[in-house]
Amino acid sequence: MASYLLFESQEPFESAGVQRHYELAAGLAREGNQVTVFLIQNGVLVARRSVRSDAFAGLARAGVLVLVDEFSLKERGIPPSRLAEGVKIATLDQAVDQMAEGRKALWF
Amino acid sequence: MAKKHLTLVMMDAPFENARTVSGLRLIDAALRRGHDVTVFAYEGAVALTFAKQAPHANAVHGRDAAQEDHPLPKDWIAALMATAAQNGGQLEWINCGLCVDERGVGEAIPGAKRGSPADLWKAAEASDNTLVIGTR
Repeated sequence: MASYLLFESQEPFESAGVQRHYELAAGLAREGNQVTVFLIQNGVLVARRSVRSDAFAGLARAGVLVLVDEFSLKERGIPPSRLAEGVKIATLDQAVDQMAEGRKALWF
Repeated sequence: MAKKHLTLVMMDAPFENARTVSGLRLIDAALRRGHDVTVFAYEGAVALTFAKQAPHANAVHGRDAAQEDHPLPKDWIAALMATAAQNGGQLEWINCGLCVDERGVGEAIPGAKRGSPADLWKAAEASDNTLVIGTR
């Protein structure tokens, strides 16, 4: 089993590739890998409850941990009360810890 | 957690993209946790350490340079080097030499040096992890 840390800096309305990134994360998890998706920059916009929130339910079902960057949320004025179910607020410390553990890290 | 060595590749020019700030935030978080960090700056990112970046006034808003308090990446990176020293770590900053020459930004702040892709390969080989923050 391998472990992955996928940074997602875009939202699905910004690039069609984002949905493919979510699918990659879910696929890796379904194959038994440990996967974290770390939403950062505009990637956090989709963490609000919205028509795209079901994406996170799918990731959670696949066993993907979805973390959302607290700093990026604050920059965009998104309070925790607006977040969709299945996402957890995090700091970059947690991302650094996962990198230090040796997770394969990718930036999208 | 034991001290680790992380390598980051940055490619965006200063003042252009949030990826730069995110990359510097990651470096800051790693240094505060006592890790060693190597940064290989490619393409426009070699200007992040350009020593001649200068604050400026904003005539449109009627503010002088001090009031404008213009953020400069070279100062952020110098601060990161100080953070590394304070936390027992090291920040090694390597600028792609060819990219530096192309852009005429050879005058870098102290602590930033020039290198080649071979240095990136060596850093990645020696690191516990490597993250590439590419341009799009």
